Amino acid sequence: MSKALIIILLISPLVGFLINGLLGRWLKGNEKLSGGIGALAVLISLICSIIAFIKVQGGTTLEGEAGILYPWISAETFSFNIGFHVDALTTVMLLVITGVGFLIHIYSIGYMHGDAGYTRYFAYLNLFVFAMLILVLGNNYVMMFVGWEGVGLCSYLLIGFWYEKQSATDAGKKAFIVNRIGDFGFLLGMFTLFAAFGSLDFVSIFDKAEAGTIDIVFGETTKVTLIVATLLLFVGAIGKSAQIPLYVWLPDAMEGPTPVSALIHAATMVTAGVYMIARSAVLYNLAGTGLVVAWIGVLTALFAAIVALKQNDIKRILAYSTVSQLGYMFVGVGVGAYASGIFHLVTHAFFKGLMFLTAGSVMHAMANELDIRKMGGLRNKLPITYATFLVGALAIAGAPFLSGFWSKDEILHSAWGSSKAIYIIGLITAFLTAFYMFRLIFVTFYGKSRVEPEVASHLHESPAVMWLPLVILAVPSALIGLLIGWNGHDSVFHHFTESVFSAGHGDEGHAKELGSAIPFMIISSIVGLLGIAFAWTRYKDRVPSDEPTNALQRLVANKFYIDEIYNTFIVQPIKNISHFLLWKVFDTLIVDGIVNAIAAIVRVIGGTLRRLQTGLVQVYIVSMVIGIVLFLAYYLFFA
Amino acid sequence: MLSLEYYLVLSALLFTIGVLGVLIRRNAIIIFMCIELMLNAANLAFVAISRSLRHAEGQLFVFFVMAVAAAEVAIGLAIIVSVFKHKETINVDEVNSLKG
Repeated sequence: MSKALIIILLISPLVGFLINGLLGRWLKGNEKLSGGIGALAVLISLICSIIAFIKVQGGTTLEGEAGILYPWISAETFSFNIGFHVDALTTVMLLVITGVGFLIHIYSIGYMHGDAGYTRYFAYLNLFVFAMLILVLGNNYVMMFVGWEGVGLCSYLLIGFWYEKQSATDAGKKAFIVNRIGDFGFLLGMFTLFAAFGSLDFVSIFDKAEAGTIDIVFGETTKVTLIVATLLLFVGAIGKSAQIPLYVWLPDAMEGPTPVSALIHAATMVTAGVYMIARSAVLYNLAGTGLVVAWIGVLTALFAAIVALKQNDIKRILAYSTVSQLGYMFVGVGVGAYASGIFHLVTHAFFKGLMFLTAGSVMHAMANELDIRKMGGLRNKLPITYATFLVGALAIAGAPFLSGFWSKDEILHSAWGSSKAIYIIGLITAFLTAFYMFRLIFVTFYGKSRVEPEVASHLHESPAVMWLPLVILAVPSALIGLLIGWNGHDSVFHHFTESVFSAGHGDEGHAKELGSAIPFMIISSIVGLLGIAFAWTRYKDRVPSDEPTNALQRLVANKFYIDEIYNTFIVQPIKNISHFLLWKVFDTLIVDGIVNAIAAIVRVIGGTLRRLQTGLVQVYIVSMVIGIVLFLAYYLFFA
Repeated sequence: MLSLEYYLVLSALLFTIGVLGVLIRRNAIIIFMCIELMLNAANLAFVAISRSLRHAEGQLFVFFVMAVAAAEVAIGLAIIVSVFKHKETINVDEVNSLKG
């Protein structure tokens, strides 16, 4: 595989960003050109990704020395290169990013129509794709971190895209700050790895880890060092991929434009943590910290699914659903079924991206209404939106043979082999997922219309530029599981990614221990269908009540008061410390005091010395002559 | 032939007169002339010592000093003219706008 291909793939969105970002002033008023450039940039990347994918399938990868482009930082004991690592896992990520990304760019052309920040929007979106590509293409943790921060920045910019709205800027800041906590963990993890291996290149780290040549940084054995490093990296993943306890930013991130929610906060950026763990599979296997990852994942999955039960904001339901599904992915990579975790990442990118876009289509029709209690009976008015949303919901609920069915089932199946408790919690979550998703469908699309009259009068299906991507996304949401996931752990997808993960745990051997997947598939299907049926009985023609009736419902409706708890115990104390100790005491008294004191001293000395400056030339000459005489006298008589 | 001391005493006298003139007089042109006097006092010392030691270098230096003095006259007079145009005076006491 030639490096030129990867360079074109990577640079294209950057060029798109520069054109839209720098020349936006001249493009303004020409939405077709601006959006077209944005979409074209990603299309070029998509074509390159497909070529790279075909080449990887033919067995050509780009890793290690071959992938190095040029040295970036070079000092005595360490050096980092700008280089690419392209293998099966990378190309899967590339296809998801550019494929889903391209469709979302197309959709955005229609969705953002008439927005004042049209070119700015496409500039940010292209910059995001560029950063995400760096994240997955880098051949070392430093480049991954650059991408990691880049997508965080774009996420911040796009959440706060409508910056005149207070809630949007607050949500942007919240996302940025919460992510910072995770990024700090990621950095510390990188430092630990560097101390242990003397390098941050993937290939050399994994080779050394397998050979056992690790310097001990913490504890007595090399294993302790690896445990610390992997857990610190996982803190980064917790932040970026919105897991307990740092998930709080993702639901608020829905303040951004809906296509952004689909691309960044469902399909790509939030899955970066899963990708990072899959990439570091060797380390997680050796450290044995996968079970921590899996437990955090499954608890997040359950927790977010419970919270989603009582939400009435269409995008927030989807946001909690995303948190929950990310939890599943972490279960997958946590129990060592890396291919299954990544498989779920792929299917989720399709169906969740699809569902966010349909939600956007609903909002578009409903004049930006988000409350599902004010919808109802929309399936006749928005047939395409309804049909595509149904496909997505069936896929996530695990309806037999749709994509979510295959990927979720593989994860649950693998979880059974590691821990029965994780399996059971995962199964309960699957039931809840089906339930809340179909609650959303029944309340939004069925029953009597509760749409306000003036909105109802111009209720319309979205234009083709918006519904076409929905239909295109619906196809893989339905079929991709069947195509590449058939036969569970022996599927096309597993064979494709085998080369990446076989070095570690040995996914295939793992599958053989597990036995037949068929009973698990039947159980998951029944659970999913039960969830749908239960939602039908409860919400077929009933509107969710405005007021929670008992304490438990109130607890769930208020998201377990987690935001309030964080606010009371973390945010407010920090704000108070900042206000009083750091600002009033340290800044005002100490820093300002030192600066003012220096200024005062200078003023006093200057005030005294300025009297010497008489402006009379002869006074200066007298002092000069006296000086000369004194020096002469000294040298003549004393020296 | 007069001994060296006479020349040096004369030179020192001339130099002291020059210094005092610079310090005491207020007229810029007088100050200027006093500076020339100091330069010529130095020239006298150069020439006298050069002759007494039978070395040509001292006489050579005198030409340098003369060249420098000529250049100084050109610039100094130009400054005085321009100060006069600006302030209508060449009294150095009245040219004190750099007072702190």
